Amino acid sequence: MAKLKKSPWLLHYDGSSCNGCDIEVLAALTPVYDAERFGVMNTGDPLQADIFLITGGINTQNKDVVKQLYDQMPRPKVVVAVGVCACTGGVFKDCYNILGGADSVIPVDIYVPGCAARPQAIIDGVVQAVELLEKRSEEHKAMKKNKKKGA
Amino acid sequence: MGKRSVIPYGPQHPVLPEPIHIDLVVEDETVIEAIPSVGFIHRGLEGLAEKRDFNQMTYIAERVCGICSFQHGMGYCEAVERVFGVEVPNRAKYLRTIWAELGRMHSHLLWLGLLADGFGYENLFYQCWRVREKVLDLQEMTSGGRLIFSVNCVGGVLKDIPQEKLDIILKTLDEVEEECKIIKDTFFQDYTVQSRLQGVGILTKEQAHDLGCAGPFARASGIRTDMRKLGYAAYPDLDFEPIISTAGDSFARCYIRTMEVFQSIDLLRQAIAKIPNETDLVTPVKGNPNGEAFMRVEQPRGEAVYYVKANGSPNLDRFRVRTPTFANLPGLCEMLKNTKLADVGLLVITIDPCVSCTER
Repeated sequence: MAKLKKSPWLLHYDGSSCNGCDIEVLAALTPVYDAERFGVMNTGDPLQADIFLITGGINTQNKDVVKQLYDQMPRPKVVVAVGVCACTGGVFKDCYNILGGADSVIPVDIYVPGCAARPQAIIDGVVQAVELLEKRSEEHKAMKKNKKKGA
Repeated sequence: MGKRSVIPYGPQHPVLPEPIHIDLVVEDETVIEAIPSVGFIHRGLEGLAEKRDFNQMTYIAERVCGICSFQHGMGYCEAVERVFGVEVPNRAKYLRTIWAELGRMHSHLLWLGLLADGFGYENLFYQCWRVREKVLDLQEMTSGGRLIFSVNCVGGVLKDIPQEKLDIILKTLDEVEEECKIIKDTFFQDYTVQSRLQGVGILTKEQAHDLGCAGPFARASGIRTDMRKLGYAAYPDLDFEPIISTAGDSFARCYIRTMEVFQSIDLLRQAIAKIPNETDLVTPVKGNPNGEAFMRVEQPRGEAVYYVKANGSPNLDRFRVRTPTFANLPGLCEMLKNTKLADVGLLVITIDPCVSCTER
């Protein structure tokens, strides 16, 4: 964490969760847990976000919304599935309207388990996401450089 | 006449963690009509009643909503208990009341925080959530879960709260009450709060009645409705009066919920003082349920209705929930008319929408 160069911004979207994980995501950002000390900020705008926190499973109504939000985010980006519903579908796996976890529509990098996921676990997931983001950012830069050379 | 246009609001937006979509028909800056479209979090939870048995459904019912999770479980259990015709042990009734009121406190503090965030008072938002964490700690201490307790079962509760923990609850309540008084003063006296809330989004008593509004939203318009007065759990033994305001504006809704935090503190103190010392926590039920029952519970957001139909097999025939936000949506759409576009985000928050309840 000492080498952290950037302040990653979060985009939070409630897939089809019961709300439990969503308020824990918010609780993780408020002073008691304070994810903001890692420079993390919650934003509502996908165009400015680096980390996509998704809670709840995917259903037929929101699958396009989730995909659209993911596509709107600039590269490099990291997806964190928060809560067991976002990981696998959870207790709602057998519901007729649930297609599965978040990974059934978009590529998920980090899975945070729990029902509801505890703020500590969410912060742990976000910190891992920050590290992954740094790595991807380097790769992205290198790729751009190579492209320039090639041209 | 200005130019009319339609502005899509949601489903992903900054003021609310949940997806709700409203099409706003605006004329210049004024909202003419609001058309909601729902279904982004529809899971088909009620359909699971055919796949899970009636005991397992308790845990599914708790996950209708993560904020009022305990009360959903309680409503479902009370409905199934009515089918069985069993009486819950007295201590279990009081324990249910204690958890329900803790849940109401944390839900209202959460809402006050979101409201403050809605009009840009970030500091107040953080203060409300800081106090709320103390309530969550109490919930975790007594049940093991911060939000989803899983302490309900058909016939009673699974866990007891020993006397030492009840004492800790009382002690923490004193601290929380002091801090809530500061929050209350800020909400009631700060002029920035008043200028954003007073006279905005008025819903008259007649409108609230005709549109079938529920909970604090209806009470803020002067309707005396509180399902706790119907007498489930230990509420018949406790002394309280529903808090009512007649103004019907956003500030009245803020007033109702702030005062209900103190009401919950009072109810908790009464319940802890009166709790009977018994060892029985569960009345065992035999066989499978057969018949149908109907249960109404006052949740933080208003009246929730549970309908259970059983056919003598382990699986229920039908499980149906009518949640308070669903009842309040027509009121919201009426209230949004003739308001400024900039107030919409705030006004959506004032009904305390719980979209995952509504869509299940």
